[in-house]
Amino acid sequence: MRSRFQQGLDELKEKLLRMGGLAEQAIDRATEAYRTRDSKFCQMVLTGESAINDAEREIDELALDLLAMKQPMAVDLRFILAVLKINADLERVGDQAVNIAQRVLDLISEPEIALPVDIPRMADGVSTMVQRALESFLDGKAEVAEAVLQMDGIVDRMKDEAFVNLVQKMHDDPACTRQALDVLLIARNLERIADHATNIAEDVIFWVRGADVRHGGAHYRE
Amino acid sequence: MGVGIEVRGLDAWYGKNQSLKSIDMTVPANHVTAVIGPSGCGKSTFVRCLNRMHETIPDAYAEGSVKVGEMDVYGSGSDPVEVRRRIGMVFQKPNPFPTMSIYDNVAAGLKLNGFRNRKQTAELVERSLKLAALWDEVKDNLHKKSGASLSGGQQQRLCIARALAVEPEVLLMDEPASALDPISTSKIEELIFQLKQHYTVVIVTHNMQQAARVAELTGFFLMGSLIEYDKTEKIFTAPADKRTEDYVTGRFG
Repeated sequence: MRSRFQQGLDELKEKLLRMGGLAEQAIDRATEAYRTRDSKFCQMVLTGESAINDAEREIDELALDLLAMKQPMAVDLRFILAVLKINADLERVGDQAVNIAQRVLDLISEPEIALPVDIPRMADGVSTMVQRALESFLDGKAEVAEAVLQMDGIVDRMKDEAFVNLVQKMHDDPACTRQALDVLLIARNLERIADHATNIAEDVIFWVRGADVRHGGAHYRE
Repeated sequence: MGVGIEVRGLDAWYGKNQSLKSIDMTVPANHVTAVIGPSGCGKSTFVRCLNRMHETIPDAYAEGSVKVGEMDVYGSGSDPVEVRRRIGMVFQKPNPFPTMSIYDNVAAGLKLNGFRNRKQTAELVERSLKLAALWDEVKDNLHKKSGASLSGGQQQRLCIARALAVEPEVLLMDEPASALDPISTSKIEELIFQLKQHYTVVIVTHNMQQAARVAELTGFFLMGSLIEYDKTEKIFTAPADKRTEDYVTGRFG
């Protein structure tokens, strides 16, 4: 039989995964809005943000209660700390999705033009990172989290490429500056989501292995 | 000043039952070291072996090497009385001499050790009560009040003062705060932290948060063996041994 404390940890995990689902959904909707130029998806992202914010508060509260009332140690303590940090990252993922939705609303209001950037492809990569980071959290699989860390570089390169191409486009064709700037900001939002997915993966590794892998290398407590 | 403790190949027995199995442990001077583990794991036996209290129980004996500073605790010619003077002990339940005054309680150890100088005794009593953070609370009633008239927390600090009066180098504490309320516990914990400036402290505790609060090093005992011994932060955040992790997270058993 699982103790009440274990049940509390299970509940925390379940809540965080549910919030992760909301954050993933926000990314997918924002991407769909970009792809279809349908403001309905933007509205869904905007209205969905409050559910993510509520979930953040709820998770913080439960984590705080468990820390105060159960005084966890070792792997349980690392788990709760990881949850608190992942919680903050997921909330930021939600914010970035909102930023994308707002940029898309702006794009829709302007004439559609062809731009030298493949946002849906970049969004696919980012979405996969978030998905796999959450999967690593679900199963406590540090090796899956490690794979997420490897993917961050690819997204960074995509963003850099998008920047170079879009700046060039604005230079060559100033009439499309507004649209190019919107897309450039979307690329940056996506890149930030990838950073949050990376943070989540690092937190999972900390929880599972007790190792701090932030900023390169693995630091184990001596 | 405190001295370090070197334990090598320590076995302890109660009749035919072996309660400690080949313990190796180095306790650094002027540090607080916590000993944790489930009931019956041998942690109390371990500290009682450090000052030869274990052998006071019928049929109980210990083998192996314990060195406290330069003193070979189990060496030939070792005097248990001298060992216990240099390695003081405080127990779970405060045990002041009930009919003695506060002053006489603290001076008791000195008298037993043949100390007769009244002026120096008074100085040592005052110093010990100050070190035990009890002086200000009892200085006006040293001779009027008995040890038993104090609160539980004060009685425990009185017992600490009594242990300190004979100027030990090591202080062993066996669950010193388990019978106390949170305020008294907090005072004792603060005191333990202060005492390490002058003494080497080894504390047995069931309360892992207490170990985490007061100790720099923690040893985890299980079924008579020392499973893991490391910095306290490591033991409570990322222990190396699965059995330690299971214990500190409450999954044990």
